[in-house]
Amino acid sequence: MSAILSVKDLSVTFDVRPQGAWPWTPPLKLHAVSEMSFDLEAGQCLGVVGESGSGKSTLARAIVGTVPTSGGQVNFEGGDLASMGPAERRVHRRDVQMIFQDPLAALNPRMTVGEIIAEPLVTHEPGVSREERKKRVRELMERVGLLPNLINRYPHEFSGGQCQRIGIARALILKPKLLICDEPVSALDVSVQAQVVNLLMELQRDMGLSMIFIAHDLSVVKHISDQIIVMYLGRQMEMATAETLTTVPEHPYTQALISSVPIPDPVLEKARVRPVLEGELPSPLAPPSGCVFRTRCPKAQNSCAGDRPAMQALGNGHFVACPYHQAEEVLAAS
Amino acid sequence: MYPNPSTVEALEDAALLAEVQGRSLWADARTRFFRNKAAVVSLVVLALIALFALFGQFLTQYERDTVDFALMGANAHKGAPSFETGHYFGTDNSGRDLFARVVQGTGISLMVGIVGAMVAVIVGTLYGAVAGYFGGRIDNIMMRIVDVLMSIPFMFVLILMLVIFGRSIFMLFLGIGLISWLDMARIARGQTLTIKNKEFVEVAHATGVHPMKIILRHIVPNLLGIVIVYATLLVPSMIIFESFISFLGLGVQEPNTSLGALISEGAGSMQYGTLWQLIFPLIFFVLTIFSFFFVGDGLRDALDPKDR
Ligand SMILES: Nc1ncnc2c1ncn2[C@@H]1O[C@H](COP(=O)(O)OP(=O)(O)O)[C@@H](O)[C@H]1O
Ligand code: SF4
Ligand SMILES: [Mg+2]
Repeated sequence: MSAILSVKDLSVTFDVRPQGAWPWTPPLKLHAVSEMSFDLEAGQCLGVVGESGSGKSTLARAIVGTVPTSGGQVNFEGGDLASMGPAERRVHRRDVQMIFQDPLAALNPRMTVGEIIAEPLVTHEPGVSREERKKRVRELMERVGLLPNLINRYPHEFSGGQCQRIGIARALILKPKLLICDEPVSALDVSVQAQVVNLLMELQRDMGLSMIFIAHDLSVVKHISDQIIVMYLGRQMEMATAETLTTVPEHPYTQALISSVPIPDPVLEKARVRPVLEGELPSPLAPPSGCVFRTRCPKAQNSCAGDRPAMQALGNGHFVACPYHQAEEVLAAS
Repeated sequence: MYPNPSTVEALEDAALLAEVQGRSLWADARTRFFRNKAAVVSLVVLALIALFALFGQFLTQYERDTVDFALMGANAHKGAPSFETGHYFGTDNSGRDLFARVVQGTGISLMVGIVGAMVAVIVGTLYGAVAGYFGGRIDNIMMRIVDVLMSIPFMFVLILMLVIFGRSIFMLFLGIGLISWLDMARIARGQTLTIKNKEFVEVAHATGVHPMKIILRHIVPNLLGIVIVYATLLVPSMIIFESFISFLGLGVQEPNTSLGALISEGAGSMQYGTLWQLIFPLIFFVLTIFSFFFVGDGLRDALDPKDR
């Protein structure tokens, strides 16, 4: 197996101007993503979880190339996307597509569904005839569970779940190799979430897609992912297979994240130990020294403020960024 | 008698397969606009005025520059509006048919307003959208140019230009075209700044759509609502602007005329009792201006994004 996507030391910083600052004061650096490294095997799904504000969307945007990176590499099929010029990059964009969190906001309100879904096709295969294009759009609409006769409707005439299906159809019309889903179900009704996740799983299997699936809680991610990365304040905390991560997490943050999800069974819910997360996410403008999680970590020691803990390999593809890691059996909500 | 089940099924299938035409936001806005009575009436009035300007000439036997010598020297009583003489609106001081002159004046005034608005819509919108979408240094340079142009006292420059290069309709259009797009560029840029952060623009960018296509396909259609409202309100202010210049005696050149020039003439001879020379152009002027304001108002209500 070879990695289709290999991210190395990827960092993204934003320049932020404090309000009322002089024009000549240098802008502050907001560290949205810091030194992330991971590989994604072809045909697999990588889950990314973390609280909101931990830099998940920024990671996704850096990979699809809508925000500039400030360091590191995004190797996709051998070439480094991060170091390409805009024109060269544009050619590669057809292979990496993205689905967004707010399904309606991701659709241009002035275009019909057919025009929206066909846009990538028009852009990358301008030679395709009008009828052929329409045929492909209708086929895909059917495939993602939309009635093809709605092709001339406008986005505001659809529900959230349907809008997300439109977004999925648009992302898939060019048969991309990598699909990045940024919290694709967070904005949807609970009843619709499962349908959309199932659709994505089906499509991934049928089309042999490689996928990055982002969510803010583990319960959605663990069914669909092979590997999961836990992010906190722009950094990787832990990375393991979905199975390992949800049953024997080693990092204190992962443990807290899992136990923060309530279990529907009241008896189990009462019996379990819950290391609760206190305090707020620190500002990415001035991340804590050493381990970024130390301000909220229940196991924090003095030495945690020193060097940044590196990712340690525990074998079996399990990595953890905490020297004091300790496996802990946690009861996860299923 | 019941239709057999297979026909029912076939019918249902056909209903499912027929493509449904969606209601675009434009269609919704159109419905909202036509519910606004004042705006619809104003639109009709504007249409009539436009027809008058285009075809009014065919209703009178007089050319706009033929002097009616029969009335020479006796304008004040013989030149009054009357159906018998065929001078429906009377004659002006030189004995020319006022009806024909109002037809032409209305035409020129409308043209000035519409040309100004068109330049604003095309140049201003594209300029503002490009500046806003690319942002950064490009935005800075483009908008500073607008600031500089805006700080020039245009009325003064235009008057100088008209004095130096002679009065002509071309100069007038040039002057109006030069200023009308500045405000529009600012409005379009402001709107673009909000639209470009919407996710559908990011999707297009991520897909690899060319920046100019993003501007034309995703940005411009979404700011067009505001642009149209502003443009309809810009037409009357351009007409007023032209009238003011003509009122100063610097606008269009004789024998051509505009509503402003006619009003100016009419006001000048008011004390001789030829009130019709003021009233008729004034009626057309006021009707045009008010109708545009009402239509603009109706469009604003219909296209207001807050409604959605
Ligand atoms: N374009 C931007 N400019 C400045 N800061 C940004 C920008 N985009 C995101 N951020 C900041 O980066 C951090 C991570 O945001 P984001 O990637 O959206 O997190 P998540 O998707 O995990 O909620 C946040 O603190 C956010 O305020
Ligand atoms: S390094 Fe220290 S602060 Fe960070 S997670 Fe481990 S124990 Fe907690
Ligand atoms: Mg996000």
